[in-house]
Amino acid sequence: MSTHVRSQEEIAARVKALESILIEKGIMTTAAVDRLVEIYENEVGPQLGAKVVARAWTDPAFKQRLLADATKACADFGIGGLQGEDMVVVENTADIHNVIVCTLCSCYPWPVLGLPPNWYKEPAYRSRIVKEPRKVLREDFGYELSDSVEVRVWDSSSEMRYWVLPVRPAGTDALSEAELAGLVTRDSMIGVGPAASPVS
Amino acid sequence: MNGVHDLGGTDGLGPVVVPDREPVFTAEWEKAAFAMFSMCFRAGFFGVDEFRYGIEQMHPAVYLLSPYYEHWIHTVEHYGKAKGLLDLDEVDRRTQYYLEHPDAPLPQREDPDLVAFVEAVVPAGAPAKRESDKAPQFKVGDTVTVRADSPLGHTRRARYIRGRTGEIVLAHGTFIYPDSAGNGGGDAPQHVYTVKFTNTELWGPDTAEPNGVVYFDVWEPYIVPAHTTGAAA
Repeated sequence: MSTHVRSQEEIAARVKALESILIEKGIMTTAAVDRLVEIYENEVGPQLGAKVVARAWTDPAFKQRLLADATKACADFGIGGLQGEDMVVVENTADIHNVIVCTLCSCYPWPVLGLPPNWYKEPAYRSRIVKEPRKVLREDFGYELSDSVEVRVWDSSSEMRYWVLPVRPAGTDALSEAELAGLVTRDSMIGVGPAASPVS
Repeated sequence: MNGVHDLGGTDGLGPVVVPDREPVFTAEWEKAAFAMFSMCFRAGFFGVDEFRYGIEQMHPAVYLLSPYYEHWIHTVEHYGKAKGLLDLDEVDRRTQYYLEHPDAPLPQREDPDLVAFVEAVVPAGAPAKRESDKAPQFKVGDTVTVRADSPLGHTRRARYIRGRTGEIVLAHGTFIYPDSAGNGGGDAPQHVYTVKFTNTELWGPDTAEPNGVVYFDVWEPYIVPAHTTGAAA
């Protein structure tokens, strides 16, 4: 077990060495890598979760279905798959604030949020959000929650993938579903911030 | 195992550093490292539970100090070696070569099946749910205590919930059991439940933040009915 912490150059060379062997063994190709990367850079990301949230904000029957079975409700949009085979959506309200984490590794609902940001996978967030979520939200995300709001932290320890239905911002009654989707940030679906407010 | 990866409740790791903007991949090498997970999975290196266990066996100091996708490289090497699929001396030699020739090209090979695999696996996923006729031993509303002993191999029974008592709020059905599959065993499906713990139960009245709970998913063997005594609880 090596105790050497590699530089970026060393990691890059190591990865390239492995990739070259895996290509020769028929396990990888650069074309398959490129396609997978393209999917998560351009096709699967938080814009998909935002569409689902906007529908839930505008269609109460859909919202009920989403909260009852998120996997099935998302499938209506053609959304689902890797790292979101079984999803649960938890609803924020005026009195309840939900936030997700994976303290043991980096579990995250890829089909609706894409790949996780680095801070989500790093030790600081994973260690602290279960123990002092109010402090982390306030000090690191600039998001202050009143003590009257219950904070619910969901540690994704199993293959269930949790994500957050944020509160619909005030002053958005006149907005279309597509305009509403534009207010739904990645962070609001992780639970480390509110949905954006409309530009007035 | 009681590893450093089990971070819930650890103190002293500093603030969460949140950049304003961040690309999906912050370095070129991350792209190939990310892709190795699904392609080595397809090639039989590991299931997802073994994949995690390979990461957990990194040196703790390196685990904490290395970028996340490098963890994935460690587990590819771990199982590549263990299953005779990789010669790590050869990896060392090629690493040296690419260090000295960072712009040297990769070997080129075409395989339309691999691109088709990528196109198929992203929307289809790799479900961990396993049908089972096993009757659940617990139900929503039950109060349960997490077994407190320390297993040596892979487990999802994090330290901060061991010995703690909470209420089952969701029952999800039967899934692959990581304590079997992650340790080289079969799927051995078990019921999964979400248990709600109060902050005070987890951290004590002096440390706990007010008005908060943590939800944690457990497999059935992780829990016993609350208020039972004995070595297990």
